[in-house]
Amino acid sequence: MNASGSFSGSFSGTDTYVATRELSLAVNAAITLQRPLLIKGEPGTGKTLLAEEVAAALGLPLYQWHVKSTTRAQQGLYEYDAVARLRDSQLGEARASDIGHYIVKGVLWQAFEAETPSVVLIDEIDKADIEFPNDLLRELDRMEFYVYETRELIRARQRPLVFITSNNEKELPDAFLRRCFFHYIRFPDRETMQRIVEVHYPGIKQALLREALEVFFELRELPGLKKKPSTSELLDWLKLLLAEDIPPEALRSSDQKLTIPPLHGALLKNEQDVHLFEKLVFMARRGR
Amino acid sequence: MLVDFFLHLRARGVKTSLQEFLVLLEALRLNVAGYSIDDFYLLARTTLIKDETQFDRFDLAFGEYFKGIEALPGMETGIPEEWLRQAAKRLLSDEERAALEKLGWDKLMETLQQRLAEQKERHAGGNKWIGTGGSSPFGHGGTHPEGVRIGGRSENRSAVKVWEKREFKNLDDSVELGTRNIQVALRRLRRFAREGAAEELDLDGTIDGTARNAGWLDLKLRPERHNAVKVLLFLDVGGSMDDHIATCATLFSACRNEFKHLEYYYFHNCVYEHVWRDNVRRRTERTPTVDVLHRYGRDYKLIFVGDATMSPYEIVHPGGSVEHDNAEPGAVWLSRLSDAFPHAVWLNPEPEAHWPYRESISLIRQLLGGRMFPLSVDGLTRGMRELSKA
Ligand SMILES: Nc1ncnc2c1ncn2[C@@H]1O[C@H](COP(=O)(O)OP(=O)(O)OP(=O)(O)O)[C@@H](O)[C@H]1O
Ligand SMILES: [Mg+2]
Repeated sequence: MNASGSFSGSFSGTDTYVATRELSLAVNAAITLQRPLLIKGEPGTGKTLLAEEVAAALGLPLYQWHVKSTTRAQQGLYEYDAVARLRDSQLGEARASDIGHYIVKGVLWQAFEAETPSVVLIDEIDKADIEFPNDLLRELDRMEFYVYETRELIRARQRPLVFITSNNEKELPDAFLRRCFFHYIRFPDRETMQRIVEVHYPGIKQALLREALEVFFELRELPGLKKKPSTSELLDWLKLLLAEDIPPEALRSSDQKLTIPPLHGALLKNEQDVHLFEKLVFMARRGR
Repeated sequence: MLVDFFLHLRARGVKTSLQEFLVLLEALRLNVAGYSIDDFYLLARTTLIKDETQFDRFDLAFGEYFKGIEALPGMETGIPEEWLRQAAKRLLSDEERAALEKLGWDKLMETLQQRLAEQKERHAGGNKWIGTGGSSPFGHGGTHPEGVRIGGRSENRSAVKVWEKREFKNLDDSVELGTRNIQVALRRLRRFAREGAAEELDLDGTIDGTARNAGWLDLKLRPERHNAVKVLLFLDVGGSMDDHIATCATLFSACRNEFKHLEYYYFHNCVYEHVWRDNVRRRTERTPTVDVLHRYGRDYKLIFVGDATMSPYEIVHPGGSVEHDNAEPGAVWLSRLSDAFPHAVWLNPEPEAHWPYRESISLIRQLLGGRMFPLSVDGLTRGMRELSKA
């Protein structure tokens, strides 16, 4: 059987995920041309979530491969548990004679085997060794690989849709890049952020949302922050505000001066950043 | 026409390949995107460019190429009078407007033009003037309606093309090292530090291999994780270099532990018979350059950081130094150093485009066999690649 893709429909975000027009376009290009989509962007901009949401939107199973510094490409295909086999054979177990018992299927094998097309997420590919992407070139291109131990060729029944995320810790090889589509998720602008918040907290009061976004984006502009608050921090903070039923007015001082917003610990998680912020607010209030 | 576009991108130094261009054609054939130029822009970007540091270059080249296309019939070409009135309201005081209205539209336009130009100066680095190329926003008869949207206050904001906003400018890796870029640069240096490491016993690999071998010992080795590279750093402390030195010092000391050895010395403009390690006591505690030549092995990687900007005299003549009477010319010392340490590069904070116009830069570059690289993330990468060559 040949690898053939048959994805129906296109992606334009979901009830729980806001996709900008440019992101949707990149996803749909990857769907149509059956090539992997590489996603980069600031932390917390929804890179990992994207694969999940696309899978859900298209009604396809999702296979996730979270990469660590020790992950090898081979592990995505299969692993041969030679040590277990050695142990079994020393104990005289009969099953040791069949090498197939010691082949453990990896994420790509599972996806290749699936009856329906599927979505594969290779998350944080830049964490792995620099050669990792090169070791997957053929597998992602041809969607097949060879199992030397059992002399089998494993070929995808349906070409999976592959998402790859990177946080830019390492450069990826050109040969690998040439095979992918690429999208860089920019930090959401105010309007997009508003939509993101609304999918998480439908029906949130506009006044609260407006003030909260005001504070949030102002905070992100603060020079010298070690870690700028991201989408997740904003969402966490809003959850607290909602739980505590904080009124929108509390986010802004009556005299138009800079204030410390309530529960700001949810936005600034680094102690140094909190100090810096409090100091700046103090100075600003004293100054004017 | 599209082949032309592809060639144009390449000519503008955008990194993209034929393979990717073919994918773009295929995507167009399959109607992945709509027919608007905005869709084409997005599709071309996601297909051709795989690195956000290239986005800005792509935006520029794209804008340049499709500038003519935008002016095709169907697009607005004149400034609507309504806009002029609004702009006048925004930019001129009531009295000025009243006075000018008496003078007629020509005069009004001239004044507006002046105001807009001033506004542009004040907003330097902020909003960009589109399609004016530094000339008047009102152009020659044709007029660019885009000129109007400057200040971002116009109602019709969507009309400013994405690529014209140059939003990815600060991601361009050819710009000089800034705080954000330092992070990236550091990673590249670290990677460099780990390359070519010695071998150590790979215990897991050995166990695995031995098991596969049905119990016969199968030794496996792997490259040691770190600390393989030894670096000899020469920093120029000439006045013009001050800012850059801070940057460089941060950069290299931040990854100090990654190198097996990192030694640094200072010089002024060009290297002569003495260098020093402590800039405050540079007069009293100097190290003869000859000692440096003998102290470190040939496996040290030699990195100069300097703007190489001086009078050529300081390089080629005995006694040319601005500070003292040197017996031998700087060029001799530079050659001795690069002979002693075959792996050498010169990192230059001056923009690469200026190099050909400075005789001293050309001279030093020549002395280093062309191995001069700009002090940008991209330049560092190239420099480190050069140093890693066997
Ligand atoms: N476009 C979006 N629509 C809805 N929710 C979003 C969106 N972007 C981010 N979020 C929220 O932010 C959280 C973080 O997203 P995610 O973990 O996918 O980010 P990431 O880019 O993978 O971050 P990292 O670089 O840290 O891995 C999500 O769980 C979700 O709640
Ligand atoms: Mg993630």
